[in-house]
Amino acid sequence: MNAKIIEALQAQFGEDGVYGIGESHGILQVTTAVENIVPMIHFLYAHPVFKFQFLTDLAGIHFPEAKGQELGVIYHLHSLENNVRLWIKVYAPIEAPNFPTITDLFATANWMEREAFDFYGIIFEGHPNLIRILNMDDMDYHPMRKEYPLEDATRNDKIDELFGR
Amino acid sequence: MSEIALVNNPNVGLDKTQKGGPYVNELSTLNLGPTHPATHGIFQNILTMDGETIVDAEQTVGYIHRAFEKIAERRPFYQITTLTDRMNYCSAPINNMGWHMTVEKLLGIEVPKRAQYMRVIMMELARLTDHIVCNSILAVDTGALTGFLYVYQWREFIYEIYEEMCGARLTTNMGRFGGMERDFTPVAIEKIKKILKELPAALKEFEGLVMRNRIFMDRTQNVGGISAERALNYGFTGPNLRAAGVDYDVRSLNPYSSYEDFEFDVPVGTKGDTYDRFLVREEEMWQSLRIIQQALDNLPEGPYHADAPHYYLPDKQDVYHNMEALIYHFKIVMGEIDAPVGEVYHSVEGGNGELGFHLVSDGGRTPYRLKFRRPGFIYYQAFPEMIKGTTLSDAIVTMSSMNVIAGELDT
Repeated sequence: MNAKIIEALQAQFGEDGVYGIGESHGILQVTTAVENIVPMIHFLYAHPVFKFQFLTDLAGIHFPEAKGQELGVIYHLHSLENNVRLWIKVYAPIEAPNFPTITDLFATANWMEREAFDFYGIIFEGHPNLIRILNMDDMDYHPMRKEYPLEDATRNDKIDELFGR
Repeated sequence: MSEIALVNNPNVGLDKTQKGGPYVNELSTLNLGPTHPATHGIFQNILTMDGETIVDAEQTVGYIHRAFEKIAERRPFYQITTLTDRMNYCSAPINNMGWHMTVEKLLGIEVPKRAQYMRVIMMELARLTDHIVCNSILAVDTGALTGFLYVYQWREFIYEIYEEMCGARLTTNMGRFGGMERDFTPVAIEKIKKILKELPAALKEFEGLVMRNRIFMDRTQNVGGISAERALNYGFTGPNLRAAGVDYDVRSLNPYSSYEDFEFDVPVGTKGDTYDRFLVREEEMWQSLRIIQQALDNLPEGPYHADAPHYYLPDKQDVYHNMEALIYHFKIVMGEIDAPVGEVYHSVEGGNGELGFHLVSDGGRTPYRLKFRRPGFIYYQAFPEMIKGTTLSDAIVTMSSMNVIAGELDT
Protein backbone atom coordinates (compact mmCIF):
# COMPACT_ATOMS: atom_id res chain seq x y z
CA MET A 1 0.00 0.00 0.00
CA ASN A 2 2.73 2.46 0.97
CA ALA A 3 4.53 1.97 -2.37
CA LYS A 4 1.28 2.63 -4.23
CA ILE A 5 0.70 5.85 -2.29
CA ILE A 6 4.19 7.09 -3.16
CA GLU A 7 3.63 6.20 -6.79
CA ALA A 8 0.31 8.01 -6.96
CA LEU A 9 1.68 11.07 -5.16
CA GLN A 10 4.69 11.27 -7.46
CA ALA A 11 2.48 10.91 -10.52
CA GLN A 12 0.34 13.77 -9.28
CA PHE A 13 2.94 16.14 -7.85
CA GLY A 14 6.11 15.13 -9.70
CA GLU A 15 9.29 13.59 -8.32
CA ASP A 16 10.38 16.94 -6.90
CA GLY A 17 7.07 17.54 -5.16
CA VAL A 18 7.36 14.52 -2.88
CA TYR A 19 10.61 13.94 -1.06
CA GLY A 20 11.96 12.85 2.31
CA ILE A 21 10.17 9.56 1.85
CA GLY A 22 10.58 7.16 4.71
CA GLU A 23 8.86 4.64 6.87
CA SER A 24 8.83 4.53 10.62
CA HIS A 25 7.32 1.49 12.34
CA GLY A 26 4.96 0.97 9.44
CA ILE A 27 3.89 4.59 9.08
CA LEU A 28 4.76 6.18 5.76
CA GLN A 29 6.11 9.71 5.82
CA VAL A 30 6.63 12.19 3.04
CA THR A 31 7.74 15.80 2.92
CA THR A 32 6.37 18.34 0.51
CA ALA A 33 6.44 22.05 -0.20
CA VAL A 34 4.01 24.51 1.38
CA GLU A 35 2.18 25.19 -1.88
CA ASN A 36 1.52 21.48 -2.38
CA ILE A 37 0.01 20.66 0.99
CA VAL A 38 -3.62 21.58 0.37
CA PRO A 39 -3.81 19.97 -3.09
CA MET A 40 -2.10 16.88 -1.68
CA ILE A 41 -4.51 16.47 1.22
CA HIS A 42 -7.48 17.07 -1.09
CA PHE A 43 -6.06 14.53 -3.55
CA LEU A 44 -5.64 11.89 -0.85
CA TYR A 45 -9.07 12.66 0.59
CA ALA A 46 -10.84 12.24 -2.74
CA HIS A 47 -8.75 9.32 -4.00
CA PRO A 48 -11.04 6.35 -4.73
CA VAL A 49 -8.69 3.79 -3.15
CA PHE A 50 -6.68 5.56 -0.45
CA LYS A 51 -9.49 7.61 1.15
CA PHE A 52 -7.44 9.47 3.71
CA GLN A 53 -10.51 11.01 5.25
CA PHE A 54 -9.58 11.16 8.89
CA LEU A 55 -7.19 13.75 10.29
CA THR A 56 -5.76 12.12 13.38
CA ASP A 57 -3.42 14.84 14.45
CA LEU A 58 -1.59 17.95 13.45
CA ALA A 59 1.63 18.79 15.24
CA GLY A 60 3.92 21.76 14.99
CA ILE A 61 7.66 21.26 15.37
CA HIS A 62 10.69 23.55 15.56
CA PHE A 63 14.20 22.82 14.27
CA PRO A 64 16.32 25.93 14.96
CA GLU A 65 19.32 24.39 13.17
CA ALA A 66 17.61 23.91 9.82
CA LYS A 67 18.05 27.30 8.21
CA GLY A 68 15.12 28.34 6.08
CA GLN A 69 13.05 25.38 7.28
CA GLU A 70 12.82 26.05 10.99
CA LEU A 71 9.14 25.55 11.59
CA GLY A 72 7.29 22.49 10.48
CA VAL A 73 3.85 21.00 10.58
CA ILE A 74 3.22 17.25 10.65
CA TYR A 75 -0.15 16.26 9.26
CA HIS A 76 -1.16 12.82 10.45
CA LEU A 77 -3.77 11.31 8.14
CA HIS A 78 -5.48 7.99 8.66
CA SER A 79 -7.35 5.99 6.07
CA LEU A 80 -9.82 4.10 8.24
CA GLU A 81 -10.96 1.94 5.36
CA ASN A 82 -7.48 0.64 4.51
CA ASN A 83 -6.09 1.16 8.01
CA VAL A 84 -3.08 3.03 6.66
CA ARG A 85 -1.51 6.02 8.35
CA LEU A 86 0.50 8.75 6.67
CA TRP A 87 2.59 11.66 7.92
CA ILE A 88 2.95 14.61 5.62
CA LYS A 89 5.60 17.06 6.74
CA VAL A 90 5.89 20.62 5.58
CA TYR A 91 8.51 23.18 6.57
CA ALA A 92 8.70 26.95 6.31
CA PRO A 93 11.23 29.61 7.40
CA ILE A 94 10.68 31.12 10.84
CA GLU A 95 10.50 34.65 9.41
CA ALA A 96 7.44 33.75 7.34
CA PRO A 97 5.77 30.72 8.90
CA ASN A 98 2.73 30.83 6.68
CA PHE A 99 0.81 27.69 5.89
CA PRO A 100 -2.56 27.35 4.21
CA THR A 101 -5.42 26.17 6.40
CA ILE A 102 -7.21 22.87 5.89
CA THR A 103 -10.22 23.77 8.03
CA ASP A 104 -12.46 23.80 4.97
CA LEU A 105 -11.82 20.08 4.51
CA PHE A 106 -11.50 18.95 8.13
CA ALA A 107 -13.55 20.68 10.80
CA THR A 108 -11.26 19.13 13.38
CA ALA A 109 -8.27 21.08 12.03
CA ASN A 110 -9.71 24.22 13.58
CA TRP A 111 -8.43 23.70 17.12
CA MET A 112 -5.38 21.74 16.00
CA GLU A 113 -4.21 24.69 13.92
CA ARG A 114 -5.00 27.09 16.73
CA GLU A 115 -2.84 24.96 19.02
CA ALA A 116 0.05 24.98 16.54
CA PHE A 117 -0.32 28.75 16.26
CA ASP A 118 -0.44 29.15 20.01
CA PHE A 119 2.70 27.16 20.71
CA TYR A 120 4.81 27.74 17.59
CA GLY A 121 3.49 30.92 16.01
CA ILE A 122 2.62 29.13 12.80
CA ILE A 123 0.21 31.25 10.76
CA PHE A 124 -2.54 29.34 9.02
CA GLU A 125 -3.83 31.57 6.26
CA GLY A 126 -7.57 31.47 5.82
CA HIS A 127 -8.27 30.05 9.27
CA PRO A 128 -11.64 31.35 10.53
CA ASN A 129 -10.51 32.20 14.05
CA LEU A 130 -6.75 32.02 14.51
CA ILE A 131 -6.34 33.00 18.17
CA ARG A 132 -4.57 31.40 21.11
CA ILE A 133 -6.29 28.39 22.59
CA LEU A 134 -4.52 27.01 25.67
CA ASN A 135 -2.28 29.89 26.69
CA MET A 136 -3.51 33.24 27.89
CA ASP A 137 -4.42 35.81 25.28
CA ASP A 138 -1.90 38.48 26.27
CA MET A 139 1.11 36.18 26.03
CA ASP A 140 3.56 37.73 23.57
CA TYR A 141 5.66 34.73 22.58
CA HIS A 142 5.19 31.18 21.37
CA PRO A 143 6.41 28.98 24.21
CA MET A 144 7.15 25.67 22.47
CA ARG A 145 9.87 27.19 20.32
CA LYS A 146 13.28 25.90 21.27
CA GLU A 147 14.69 29.30 22.20
CA TYR A 148 12.60 29.30 25.38
CA PRO A 149 14.31 26.99 27.84
CA LEU A 150 12.09 25.40 30.41
CA GLU A 151 14.35 25.72 33.39
CA ASP A 152 16.39 28.55 34.78
CA ALA A 153 19.41 28.96 32.52
CA THR A 154 21.62 29.86 35.49
CA ARG A 155 21.23 26.44 37.07
CA ASN A 156 24.52 24.63 37.10
CA ASP A 157 23.62 21.27 38.60
CA LYS A 158 22.89 19.79 35.21
CA ILE A 159 25.99 20.75 33.26
CA ASP A 160 26.63 18.03 30.73
CA GLU A 161 30.37 18.09 31.37
CA LEU A 162 29.99 17.05 34.98
CA PHE A 163 28.13 13.95 33.88
CA GLY A 164 30.70 12.95 31.27
CA ARG A 165 28.47 13.75 28.33
CA MET B 1 -41.85 45.94 45.07
CA SER B 2 -43.60 44.61 42.04
CA GLU B 3 -42.37 47.60 40.07
CA ILE B 4 -38.72 46.77 40.72
CA ALA B 5 -39.22 43.17 39.62
CA LEU B 6 -40.73 44.36 36.39
CA VAL B 7 -37.79 46.63 35.67
CA ASN B 8 -35.28 43.84 36.27
CA ASN B 9 -37.19 41.38 34.14
CA PRO B 10 -38.64 43.39 31.31
CA ASN B 11 -39.85 40.29 29.52
CA VAL B 12 -42.23 39.30 32.30
CA GLY B 13 -45.78 39.44 31.12
CA LEU B 14 -44.94 40.33 27.54
CA ASP B 15 -46.18 38.21 24.70
CA LYS B 16 -43.01 37.41 22.79
CA THR B 17 -44.82 36.33 19.68
CA GLN B 18 -46.46 39.72 19.35
CA LYS B 19 -45.19 41.30 16.15
CA GLY B 20 -43.46 44.65 16.36
CA GLY B 21 -43.11 44.42 20.11
CA PRO B 22 -39.99 45.83 21.73
CA TYR B 23 -38.53 42.48 22.84
CA VAL B 24 -39.09 40.29 19.82
CA ASN B 25 -36.02 38.34 18.67
CA GLU B 26 -33.77 39.79 21.26
CA LEU B 27 -30.78 37.56 21.93
CA SER B 28 -29.25 37.28 25.36
CA THR B 29 -25.87 36.07 26.55
CA LEU B 30 -25.50 33.40 29.19
CA ASN B 31 -22.22 32.46 30.78
CA LEU B 32 -21.95 28.72 31.44
CA GLY B 33 -18.78 28.16 33.41
CA PRO B 34 -15.81 28.29 33.79
CA THR B 35 -16.63 26.90 37.23
CA HIS B 36 -20.11 25.55 36.95
CA PRO B 37 -21.00 22.33 38.80
CA ALA B 38 -22.68 20.86 35.74
CA THR B 39 -19.65 21.11 33.47
CA HIS B 40 -17.52 18.70 35.61
CA GLY B 41 -14.37 20.60 34.95
CA ILE B 42 -13.21 24.05 34.07
CA PHE B 43 -14.78 24.94 30.75
CA GLN B 44 -16.32 28.21 29.77
CA ASN B 45 -19.13 28.41 27.28
CA ILE B 46 -20.56 31.78 26.41
CA LEU B 47 -23.98 30.90 25.08
CA THR B 48 -26.06 33.13 22.89
CA MET B 49 -29.67 32.40 23.75
CA ASP B 50 -32.89 33.19 22.01
CA GLY B 51 -35.25 32.75 24.91
CA GLU B 52 -34.57 29.18 26.01
CA THR B 53 -32.98 28.11 22.75
CA ILE B 54 -29.23 28.10 22.25
CA VAL B 55 -28.23 29.95 19.11
CA ASP B 56 -24.48 29.76 19.40
CA ALA B 57 -21.72 28.94 21.84
CA GLU B 58 -18.27 30.37 22.23
CA GLN B 59 -15.85 28.02 23.97
CA THR B 60 -12.86 28.93 26.07
CA VAL B 61 -10.47 26.20 27.16
CA GLY B 62 -7.04 26.08 28.71
CA TYR B 63 -7.84 26.97 32.31
CA ILE B 64 -5.70 24.14 33.65
CA HIS B 65 -3.05 24.12 30.94
CA ARG B 66 0.17 22.84 32.52
CA ALA B 67 2.50 22.82 29.49
CA PHE B 68 3.06 19.05 29.54
CA GLU B 69 4.50 18.98 26.04
CA LYS B 70 7.08 21.61 26.97
CA ILE B 71 7.94 19.96 30.28
CA ALA B 72 8.35 16.64 28.48
CA GLU B 73 11.15 18.11 26.38
CA ARG B 74 13.31 18.46 29.48
CA ARG B 75 12.49 15.22 31.25
CA PRO B 76 13.97 11.75 30.94
CA PHE B 77 11.49 9.31 29.46
CA TYR B 78 10.50 7.59 32.69
CA GLN B 79 9.63 10.91 34.33
CA ILE B 80 7.09 11.65 31.61
CA THR B 81 4.86 8.82 32.85
CA THR B 82 3.77 11.01 35.73
CA LEU B 83 2.67 13.68 33.27
CA THR B 84 0.46 11.22 31.41
CA ASP B 85 -1.34 10.32 34.68
CA ARG B 86 -2.66 13.81 34.86
CA MET B 87 -4.22 13.90 31.42
CA ASN B 88 -7.30 11.71 31.61
CA TYR B 89 -7.28 11.20 35.36
CA CYS B 90 -10.39 9.03 35.21
CA SER B 91 -8.41 6.29 33.47
CA ALA B 92 -4.79 7.04 34.29
CA PRO B 93 -3.42 3.48 33.76
CA ILE B 94 -4.41 3.57 30.09
CA ASN B 95 -2.37 6.73 29.63
CA ASN B 96 0.59 5.19 31.46
CA MET B 97 0.52 1.99 29.41
CA GLY B 98 0.10 3.92 26.17
CA TRP B 99 3.20 5.94 26.96
CA HIS B 100 5.19 2.85 27.96
CA MET B 101 4.23 1.11 24.73
CA THR B 102 5.29 4.16 22.71
CA VAL B 103 8.74 4.16 24.27
CA GLU B 104 9.02 0.38 23.94
CA LYS B 105 8.29 0.78 20.24
CA LEU B 106 11.11 3.32 19.97
CA LEU B 107 13.53 1.18 21.97
CA GLY B 108 12.48 -2.08 20.33
CA ILE B 109 11.67 -3.88 23.58
CA GLU B 110 9.59 -7.05 23.33
CA VAL B 111 7.28 -7.30 26.31
CA PRO B 112 6.59 -10.81 27.69
CA LYS B 113 3.12 -12.21 27.27
CA ARG B 114 2.29 -12.18 30.96
CA ALA B 115 3.06 -8.48 31.23
CA GLN B 116 0.91 -7.79 28.19
CA TYR B 117 -2.03 -9.63 29.72
CA MET B 118 -1.53 -7.84 33.02
CA ARG B 119 -1.59 -4.56 31.16
CA VAL B 120 -4.79 -5.53 29.40
CA ILE B 121 -6.42 -6.28 32.75
CA MET B 122 -5.35 -2.96 34.23
CA MET B 123 -6.38 -1.02 31.13
CA GLU B 124 -9.81 -2.61 31.05
CA LEU B 125 -10.27 -1.90 34.74
CA ALA B 126 -9.39 1.70 33.96
CA ARG B 127 -11.92 1.74 31.15
CA LEU B 128 -14.51 0.47 33.61
CA THR B 129 -13.81 3.31 36.03
CA ASP B 130 -13.90 5.84 33.21
CA HIS B 131 -17.25 4.67 31.90
CA ILE B 132 -18.70 4.28 35.39
CA VAL B 133 -17.87 7.92 36.07
CA CYS B 134 -19.25 9.15 32.76
CA ASN B 135 -22.49 7.19 32.76
CA SER B 136 -23.39 7.50 36.40
CA ILE B 137 -22.70 11.23 36.40
CA LEU B 138 -24.82 11.55 33.29
CA ALA B 139 -27.62 9.94 35.28
CA VAL B 140 -26.98 12.40 38.12
CA ASP B 141 -27.18 15.29 35.69
CA THR B 142 -30.62 14.15 34.66
CA GLY B 143 -31.66 13.89 38.30
CA ALA B 144 -31.10 10.23 39.14
CA LEU B 145 -28.68 10.05 42.06
CA THR B 146 -29.43 6.52 43.26
CA GLY B 147 -27.86 4.57 40.39
CA PHE B 148 -24.70 6.59 40.75
CA LEU B 149 -24.29 5.41 44.34
CA TYR B 150 -24.66 1.75 43.37
CA VAL B 151 -21.87 1.74 40.79
CA TYR B 152 -19.55 4.33 42.27
CA GLN B 153 -18.54 2.07 45.14
CA TRP B 154 -17.10 -0.29 42.52
CA ARG B 155 -15.00 2.45 41.06
CA GLU B 156 -13.69 2.92 44.57
CA PHE B 157 -12.98 -0.80 44.70
CA ILE B 158 -11.06 -0.69 41.41
CA TYR B 159 -8.96 2.09 42.92
CA GLU B 160 -8.08 -0.35 45.68
CA ILE B 161 -6.77 -2.71 43.00
CA TYR B 162 -4.63 0.12 41.64
CA GLU B 163 -3.36 0.68 45.15
CA GLU B 164 -2.45 -2.98 45.41
CA MET B 165 -0.60 -2.82 42.07
CA CYS B 166 1.24 0.48 42.33
CA GLY B 167 0.48 2.13 45.64
CA ALA B 168 -1.44 5.04 44.19
CA ARG B 169 -5.08 5.56 43.41
CA LEU B 170 -5.70 8.46 41.06
CA THR B 171 -2.36 9.38 39.49
CA THR B 172 -1.12 5.87 39.25
CA ASN B 173 2.27 5.95 37.47
CA MET B 174 1.72 2.24 36.90
CA GLY B 175 4.10 -0.02 35.01
CA ARG B 176 7.57 0.49 33.65
CA PHE B 177 9.19 0.44 30.23
CA GLY B 178 9.32 -3.26 29.51
CA GLY B 179 6.50 -4.49 31.69
CA MET B 180 4.99 -4.04 35.11
CA GLU B 181 6.82 -3.02 38.26
CA ARG B 182 5.48 -5.97 40.23
CA ASP B 183 3.57 -9.13 39.64
CA PHE B 184 -0.05 -9.58 40.64
CA THR B 185 -0.21 -10.21 44.35
CA PRO B 186 -2.71 -12.81 45.59
CA VAL B 187 -4.75 -9.93 47.04
CA ALA B 188 -4.89 -8.22 43.65
CA ILE B 189 -6.04 -11.41 41.96
CA GLU B 190 -8.64 -11.89 44.68
CA LYS B 191 -9.94 -8.37 44.21
CA ILE B 192 -10.11 -8.65 40.42
CA LYS B 193 -12.08 -11.87 40.84
CA LYS B 194 -14.42 -10.08 43.19
CA ILE B 195 -14.98 -7.34 40.61
CA LEU B 196 -15.78 -9.93 37.96
CA LYS B 197 -18.20 -11.65 40.30
CA GLU B 198 -20.00 -8.71 41.84
CA LEU B 199 -19.79 -5.74 39.49
CA PRO B 200 -22.25 -7.29 36.99
CA ALA B 201 -24.99 -7.27 39.63
CA ALA B 202 -24.39 -3.60 40.40
CA LEU B 203 -24.27 -2.73 36.70
CA LYS B 204 -27.53 -4.57 36.11
CA GLU B 205 -29.13 -2.72 38.98
CA PHE B 206 -27.87 0.59 37.57
CA GLU B 207 -29.15 -0.23 34.11
CA GLY B 208 -32.48 -1.32 35.54
CA LEU B 209 -32.83 2.03 37.24
CA VAL B 210 -31.72 4.20 34.34
CA MET B 211 -31.68 2.59 30.95
CA ARG B 212 -35.42 2.21 30.30
CA ASN B 213 -36.40 5.01 32.63
CA ARG B 214 -38.93 7.22 30.89
CA ILE B 215 -37.55 10.46 32.29
CA PHE B 216 -33.98 9.54 31.44
CA MET B 217 -34.95 8.54 27.91
CA ASP B 218 -36.88 11.76 27.36
CA ARG B 219 -33.94 13.78 28.57
CA THR B 220 -31.33 12.03 26.43
CA GLN B 221 -32.91 10.68 23.25
CA ASN B 222 -32.44 12.90 20.19
CA VAL B 223 -30.37 15.27 22.28
CA GLY B 224 -26.91 16.37 21.17
CA GLY B 225 -26.83 14.06 18.19
CA ILE B 226 -24.16 14.08 15.50
CA SER B 227 -24.07 12.22 12.21
CA ALA B 228 -21.31 9.74 11.37
CA GLU B 229 -19.96 12.01 8.61
CA ARG B 230 -19.72 15.05 10.85
CA ALA B 231 -18.26 12.99 13.68
CA LEU B 232 -15.49 11.70 11.41
CA ASN B 233 -14.88 15.16 10.04
CA TYR B 234 -14.54 16.43 13.58
CA GLY B 235 -12.03 13.71 14.40
CA PHE B 236 -14.25 11.92 16.91
CA THR B 237 -12.92 8.65 18.27
CA GLY B 238 -13.92 6.23 20.97
CA PRO B 239 -17.44 5.77 22.34
CA ASN B 240 -18.61 9.10 20.94
CA LEU B 241 -17.73 8.05 17.40
CA ARG B 242 -19.11 4.56 17.85
CA ALA B 243 -22.39 6.01 19.10
CA ALA B 244 -22.66 7.73 15.72
CA GLY B 245 -22.34 4.35 14.02
CA VAL B 246 -18.67 4.02 13.05
CA ASP B 247 -17.02 0.89 14.44
CA TYR B 248 -13.54 2.35 14.79
CA ASP B 249 -11.84 0.93 17.85
CA VAL B 250 -8.05 1.01 18.12
CA ARG B 251 -8.14 -2.25 20.07
CA SER B 252 -9.58 -4.16 17.12
CA LEU B 253 -8.16 -2.18 14.18
CA ASN B 254 -4.58 -1.90 15.43
CA PRO B 255 -4.32 -4.40 18.26
CA TYR B 256 -1.63 -3.68 20.84
CA SER B 257 -0.61 -5.53 23.99
CA SER B 258 -2.16 -8.82 22.75
CA TYR B 259 -5.70 -7.52 22.29
CA GLU B 260 -5.90 -9.81 19.28
CA ASP B 261 -6.02 -12.76 21.69
CA PHE B 262 -9.33 -11.73 23.20
CA GLU B 263 -12.85 -12.01 21.96
CA PHE B 264 -14.93 -8.90 22.38
CA ASP B 265 -17.55 -6.95 20.50
CA VAL B 266 -17.40 -3.33 19.45
CA PRO B 267 -20.82 -1.85 20.17
CA VAL B 268 -22.10 0.89 17.86
CA GLY B 269 -25.05 3.25 18.03
CA THR B 270 -27.17 4.64 15.23
CA LYS B 271 -27.96 8.26 15.95
CA GLY B 272 -24.96 9.54 17.85
CA ASP B 273 -27.17 11.18 20.45
CA THR B 274 -26.72 11.29 24.19
CA TYR B 275 -28.72 8.12 24.76
CA ASP B 276 -26.61 6.21 22.21
CA ARG B 277 -23.42 7.38 23.85
CA PHE B 278 -24.78 6.14 27.17
CA LEU B 279 -25.70 2.75 25.69
CA VAL B 280 -22.35 2.32 23.95
CA ARG B 281 -20.50 3.00 27.21
CA GLU B 282 -22.75 0.58 29.08
CA GLU B 283 -22.08 -2.18 26.57
CA GLU B 284 -18.36 -1.43 26.61
CA MET B 285 -18.31 -2.05 30.32
CA TRP B 286 -19.75 -5.54 29.76
CA GLN B 287 -17.15 -6.14 27.06
CA SER B 288 -14.40 -4.96 29.40
CA LEU B 289 -15.54 -7.47 31.99
CA ARG B 290 -15.46 -10.12 29.30
CA ILE B 291 -11.90 -9.21 28.33
CA ILE B 292 -10.72 -9.19 31.95
CA GLN B 293 -12.27 -12.63 32.48
CA GLN B 294 -10.47 -14.03 29.43
CA ALA B 295 -7.17 -12.42 30.37
CA LEU B 296 -7.36 -13.71 33.92
CA ASP B 297 -8.31 -17.23 32.82
CA ASN B 298 -5.48 -17.43 30.31
CA LEU B 299 -2.89 -15.44 32.23
CA PRO B 300 0.41 -16.92 31.02
CA GLU B 301 3.15 -17.91 33.40
CA GLY B 302 6.52 -16.28 33.08
CA PRO B 303 8.27 -13.01 33.82
CA TYR B 304 6.24 -9.86 34.29
CA HIS B 305 8.79 -7.61 32.65
CA ALA B 306 11.22 -7.70 29.76
CA ASP B 307 14.91 -8.32 30.23
CA ALA B 308 15.92 -4.77 29.37
CA PRO B 309 18.35 -3.68 32.08
CA HIS B 310 19.12 -0.33 30.47
CA TYR B 311 15.55 0.82 30.82
CA TYR B 312 13.81 -1.35 33.41
CA LEU B 313 14.47 -0.29 36.97
CA PRO B 314 16.05 -3.25 38.84
CA ASP B 315 14.66 -4.70 42.04
CA LYS B 316 15.74 -2.89 45.16
CA GLN B 317 17.12 -6.18 46.49
CA ASP B 318 19.52 -6.38 43.55
CA VAL B 319 20.53 -2.75 43.79
CA TYR B 320 22.05 -3.41 47.21
CA HIS B 321 23.74 -6.69 46.35
CA ASN B 322 24.59 -6.54 42.67
CA MET B 323 27.04 -4.11 41.07
CA GLU B 324 25.41 -4.02 37.62
CA ALA B 325 21.99 -3.43 39.09
CA LEU B 326 23.36 -0.54 41.13
CA ILE B 327 24.90 1.03 38.03
CA TYR B 328 21.72 0.66 36.00
CA HIS B 329 19.63 1.95 38.85
CA PHE B 330 21.80 5.04 39.07
CA LYS B 331 21.81 5.63 35.33
CA ILE B 332 18.07 5.23 34.98
CA VAL B 333 17.19 7.40 37.95
CA MET B 334 19.60 10.14 36.89
CA GLY B 335 18.20 10.01 33.37
CA GLU B 336 21.51 9.06 31.84
CA ILE B 337 20.16 6.61 29.30
CA ASP B 338 20.08 7.88 25.72
CA ALA B 339 17.24 6.75 23.50
CA PRO B 340 17.81 5.86 19.85
CA VAL B 341 17.06 8.35 17.09
CA GLY B 342 13.62 7.84 15.63
CA GLU B 343 10.07 8.92 15.28
CA VAL B 344 7.17 6.79 16.49
CA TYR B 345 3.47 7.10 16.87
CA HIS B 346 1.55 4.76 19.09
CA SER B 347 -2.09 4.96 19.96
CA VAL B 348 -4.23 3.13 22.45
CA GLU B 349 -7.96 3.09 22.95
CA GLY B 350 -8.29 5.44 25.89
CA GLY B 351 -11.46 5.96 27.86
CA ASN B 352 -12.55 8.63 25.40
CA GLY B 353 -10.99 7.44 22.18
CA GLU B 354 -7.73 7.25 20.36
CA LEU B 355 -5.04 8.43 22.73
CA GLY B 356 -1.92 8.90 20.65
CA PHE B 357 1.71 9.69 21.44
CA HIS B 358 3.78 11.17 18.65
CA LEU B 359 7.38 11.00 19.80
CA VAL B 360 10.32 12.49 17.95
CA SER B 361 13.64 11.46 19.44
CA ASP B 362 16.95 13.01 18.42
CA GLY B 363 19.00 10.47 20.34
CA GLY B 364 19.10 12.40 23.59
CA ARG B 365 17.82 11.43 27.00
CA THR B 366 14.64 13.44 26.55
CA PRO B 367 12.17 13.56 23.67
CA TYR B 368 12.89 16.20 21.06
CA ARG B 369 9.18 16.66 20.57
CA LEU B 370 6.28 14.85 22.14
CA LYS B 371 2.75 15.46 20.94
CA PHE B 372 -0.14 14.02 22.81
CA ARG B 373 -3.18 13.31 20.69
CA ARG B 374 -5.90 13.87 23.27
CA PRO B 375 -9.28 12.67 22.06
CA GLY B 376 -11.14 15.07 24.35
CA PHE B 377 -9.39 18.11 22.94
CA ILE B 378 -10.30 17.09 19.43
CA TYR B 379 -13.97 16.25 19.80
CA TYR B 380 -14.91 18.97 22.27
CA GLN B 381 -14.76 21.54 19.47
CA ALA B 382 -17.91 19.98 17.99
CA PHE B 383 -19.89 20.93 21.09
CA PRO B 384 -21.40 24.20 19.73
CA GLU B 385 -22.60 22.42 16.63
CA MET B 386 -24.17 19.66 18.70
CA ILE B 387 -26.10 21.94 21.02
CA LYS B 388 -27.33 24.51 18.52
CA GLY B 389 -31.10 24.76 18.63
CA THR B 390 -31.44 22.85 21.90
CA THR B 391 -32.02 24.16 25.40
CA LEU B 392 -29.60 24.71 28.26
CA SER B 393 -30.60 21.50 30.03
CA ASP B 394 -29.90 19.57 26.83
CA ALA B 395 -26.50 21.22 26.52
CA ILE B 396 -25.60 20.05 30.01
CA VAL B 397 -26.47 16.40 29.40
CA THR B 398 -24.70 16.56 26.03
CA MET B 399 -21.51 17.79 27.61
CA SER B 400 -21.79 15.24 30.38
CA SER B 401 -22.24 12.36 27.92
CA MET B 402 -19.28 13.47 25.79
CA ASN B 403 -17.08 12.88 28.82
CA VAL B 404 -14.85 15.88 28.35
CA ILE B 405 -12.05 15.72 30.91
CA ALA B 406 -10.39 19.05 31.60
CA GLY B 407 -7.00 17.53 32.39
CA GLU B 408 -6.89 15.65 29.12
CA LEU B 409 -8.11 18.58 27.10
CA ASP B 410 -5.72 21.16 28.49
CA THR B 411 -2.69 18.91 28.98
